[in-house]
Amino acid sequence: MSRILTFAEAISEAMAQEMERDERVFLMGEDVGRYGGIFGTDVGLYDKFGPDRVIDTPISESAFIGAGIGAAMEGLRPIVELMFVDFFGVAMDQIFNHMAKITYMSGGNFSVPMVLRTAIGGGYGDAAQHSQILYSLFAHVPGIKVVVPSTPYDAKGLLISSIRDDNPVMFFEHKLLAGLDWLPFGVKGEVPEEPYTLPLGKADIKRSGKDLTIVTASLMVHRALAAADKLSAEGIEAEIIDLRSLVPLDKETILTSVAKTHRLLIVDEDYLSYGMSGEIAAVVAEKGLYDLEAPIKRLAVPDVPIPFSHPMEDFVLPNEKKIYAAAKALVQE
Amino acid sequence: MAKLTKEELIKMYSQMVLIRLFESKIGEIYGKGAIPGEMHLSNGQEAIAVGVCANLRADDAISSTHRAHGHMIAKGVDLKKMTAELFGRKAGLCKGKGGHMHLFDPSIKFGCGGIVGAGLPLAVGSGLAFKRKGLDSVSVVFFGDGAANQGTFHESLNLAALWKLPVIFVCEDNCYGISVTKEMSTAIKSNADRAVSYGIPGVAADGNDVAEVYQATKAAVERARKGEGPTLLEFTTYRLMGHFEGDPEVYKPKEEHEEALRNEPIIRLEKVLLEEYGVSAEELVKIKEARQAEIEEAIKFAETSPWPKPEEALEDVFVEGGVR
Repeated sequence: MSRILTFAEAISEAMAQEMERDERVFLMGEDVGRYGGIFGTDVGLYDKFGPDRVIDTPISESAFIGAGIGAAMEGLRPIVELMFVDFFGVAMDQIFNHMAKITYMSGGNFSVPMVLRTAIGGGYGDAAQHSQILYSLFAHVPGIKVVVPSTPYDAKGLLISSIRDDNPVMFFEHKLLAGLDWLPFGVKGEVPEEPYTLPLGKADIKRSGKDLTIVTASLMVHRALAAADKLSAEGIEAEIIDLRSLVPLDKETILTSVAKTHRLLIVDEDYLSYGMSGEIAAVVAEKGLYDLEAPIKRLAVPDVPIPFSHPMEDFVLPNEKKIYAAAKALVQE
Repeated sequence: MAKLTKEELIKMYSQMVLIRLFESKIGEIYGKGAIPGEMHLSNGQEAIAVGVCANLRADDAISSTHRAHGHMIAKGVDLKKMTAELFGRKAGLCKGKGGHMHLFDPSIKFGCGGIVGAGLPLAVGSGLAFKRKGLDSVSVVFFGDGAANQGTFHESLNLAALWKLPVIFVCEDNCYGISVTKEMSTAIKSNADRAVSYGIPGVAADGNDVAEVYQATKAAVERARKGEGPTLLEFTTYRLMGHFEGDPEVYKPKEEHEEALRNEPIIRLEKVLLEEYGVSAEELVKIKEARQAEIEEAIKFAETSPWPKPEEALEDVFVEGGVR
């Protein structure tokens, strides 16, 4: 049975169902217990599973992310919450040198079946240290699966798959998708009550079209969909690919779409240089160059930290208007 | 405290000798260029590895450092597989993907790594897993006096103490973090005193006396198995070798090194065995010969063992199968 859930509720339900199904699954992080998670994703778990399985940690990211790795190596399946992705720096060594590499360095003798969930994104005036996306950083280091849902339905299915995966998975939840009173936007959608999985590494075509391909992820899927409605009114049909995971990357869906539309716009809320948008452009340049009828276009944060003040933040983040304008220019090229 | 029996001490001596002879042999082969990478040897620190591990069971976990051979041997690793890993061979513990600083063996619950201080959070995690599973296994983490100034040291002690986890923190104070002495790096004399900050026992002991190491660890392990929480141990010893092979050691005073050679744990244990336990010199020679033979066999196995295929580099980034 499907109901309408917020993005945050879908995440909470996925964790609750997996904790019921598998005794080895537990959650730890800052304010995940009595508070219910700063972005509402952990509401109800503490009451249901108690302090032994929903563990409030001290502000010690290195210690509790590292403890997640150690517990995973002992066969448990921890879900560890890093409150904002921006805080990864204090625990970077544990993530990059241990979580990502122990499987490889041990020749596959140890696996690290943990999920590191984290909140991403700007658009609400939280400035440079609380608004970043950064998923490309983690996608760059071999050994971490990188999952980026955009809807409540995807969030639940992808999170259940991530928890059941035997590898370390980083799960990126955009704050503006959450559906909280104190944050703008928020998405709701139909979510089946029973547990289900979605494959990691399979992109989803959120809208089909023939005139150009827009590859994006997370909140920008919704911005692109809004832009596509406007374009459609003018007779331009955009195909929107929601990557859903950066690692593994579904190259096939991207290339197939580009072969059909012959035009590619990449929209990324992350920084422009050395990131996801560059990677997708490289994939298409290497494998689909002759399908293109116009140069690839990228829309991303122009290599500046996220500013505080609204007019400036709005200026650097991709949005519906910018996507519309970029798509229109690309089709006319 | 009960005195150790002759049999117990002989067993410990035999393991210490195995570690010493192994490290010396590896140093020799490394010097000829037959082993890739860096090489950190633990000569002089054998009493800590052996005295700690004599208290452990197969189901207890160890998280170790870049200087891990001794800990791994004392925990009971298959010497052939370990040696093959140092040589980068397919038959090695990690199929040649880890090497000397990244040795992993689930069969003895052992892992180590090359980042100073990074093993402590992982040990907290295995302690957390043991507690959650209702087991009485313990988690031991070895680290040096240099690592005790990393943030992970303090975060991990707090977390283990807060959650009363079965973790034994073993600081091997070998007087140096590469070239920097403990006096140059650490605001207090004994790291064991830092345990006060976390409300747990902190014990400082002579790391060159295997019996003292054994007894101090025994109390910590008993406390952890009973669910009473972690202990911080600091054992003072001396790094007889350079930080790594090839270190010119210009920073070490000659007299200090000579004094350390007189105080090293194997000579001290031999004296105790000969003078207090009536063990004969011939018996000790026999032990050394037997251990040397094991080492030669392991080296031969590694040297004659095939290399991995180059394209095996592409495997093991992720474990296959996904859902389990």
